[in-house]
Amino acid sequence: MAPVLRFEGVAVRAGGKTLLGPVTCRLDSPGITAVMGPNGAGKSLFLSAAHGVLDDLAGRVTWDDTDATHSRKSRGFMFQATPVLRRSVWGNIAFALSGQRLAKDDRAARITRALADARLDADPRKPAAALSGGERKRLDLARALVTDPRVLILDEPAANLDPAATAAFEDSLRRISGRGVKILFSTHDIGQAKRLADDILFIDGGQLIEQKTADTFFSKPVSGPAERFLKGLL
Amino acid sequence: METLRQAWMLVATGDAALLQIIGLSLRVSLWATLIAAVIGIPLGAALATWRVPFSGVLVVLSTSMMALPPVVVGLIVYLSLSRAGPLGDWGLLFTPSAMIIAQTILILPIILALTREAVLPLRRDYDMLLRSMDAGPILRLRTLIWDARYGVMTAILAGVGRAMAEVGAVLIVGGNIDGLTRVMTTTIALETSRGNLELALALGLILILIAIGVNAAIHLIGRFGRRYEVTR
Repeated sequence: MAPVLRFEGVAVRAGGKTLLGPVTCRLDSPGITAVMGPNGAGKSLFLSAAHGVLDDLAGRVTWDDTDATHSRKSRGFMFQATPVLRRSVWGNIAFALSGQRLAKDDRAARITRALADARLDADPRKPAAALSGGERKRLDLARALVTDPRVLILDEPAANLDPAATAAFEDSLRRISGRGVKILFSTHDIGQAKRLADDILFIDGGQLIEQKTADTFFSKPVSGPAERFLKGLL
Repeated sequence: METLRQAWMLVATGDAALLQIIGLSLRVSLWATLIAAVIGIPLGAALATWRVPFSGVLVVLSTSMMALPPVVVGLIVYLSLSRAGPLGDWGLLFTPSAMIIAQTILILPIILALTREAVLPLRRDYDMLLRSMDAGPILRLRTLIWDARYGVMTAILAGVGRAMAEVGAVLIVGGNIDGLTRVMTTTIALETSRGNLELALALGLILILIAIGVNAAIHLIGRFGRRYEVTR
């Protein structure tokens, strides 16, 4: 059964302005969900709220009725700007396993598998700082995968990747989703959403405007903003 | 030239008195550095990581204390450890322990401030990742200290350098007693005033070598550490 994400009156405000919400929704579909919207729509905030990493948040976010802030360890999170630890590639991925009691062999096996799943074939001993932009994205994906999460949340995962790297990345996501991992990712790339997503959450001006299956959304968007967005006017 | 030759002979032959003085210098300075590091590194990292009430005051205080005149620290420790002082019962005045206490106070602010500076640039990037992983405070501190390790090692070496070169505080609280509390710097001061330049110069040579060694190590660590720094 797919994990159930619930937003109950979730709002994020800063400096007297409402940046997100109030959003109330329920997401229980398996597969890949794309959070779409123009720049500044609130996609990153939506994903951060879904992962339970925002401090000043009104309302409640739960995954399977557990508060999102208390279940972060069961999810993998990939950032738009990849944070790279001052360690080797291996050390960066191993870090995500900190605090888990694992036998040395088991730990190594999981890291090797995460490297393969994320298709990162750089020398694991080299400093992560020496990786290219695309490799850093894959490093972040490997780090998010190594804990065997049930849910993977990715913020603009393919931003700044060239077409070949994007295709490889999307292929990785499809395979990960095929193993039953729920994927929630943000993008403003319509083509990518069409290629990957099973359903769509469309956000504009901090509001959740549409929640549809991908087929319905792309063939019959009902709201004005979604229609304009798909025509490339927003 | 003759003085320099004799000084070199003292070093080369491993003169017993010379070795004893060097040994005590190293022992006092390294103990002081160890204690200051155990206290200063976590404290410096914590100050860089969390906003606590009065953190600004603490930072200004620790930075100002870096410029503390050693004789003043020596005087304060002397007054505290002297028989009439609050810690007089410990009977530590004019012992190596008193010298370790004085030097710890001197180098603690250096290690604390430099550790804080080393950890600060990491905080923002790491904060996102640590939060997303639901990391507790211990893992957070451990991670930041480890990943700022080259900066932290530089802080430790700066502490060692300051302790080794320091003369005022150890002279006051140690008393420069022959065979007991006489270290390199205090011996140089004393032997120079006595006109015994060979021993003073021999110790001076050793101190210069140690200073070069410490600074070379700082340089190498910095160069190695930069391989891990992320450019955007």
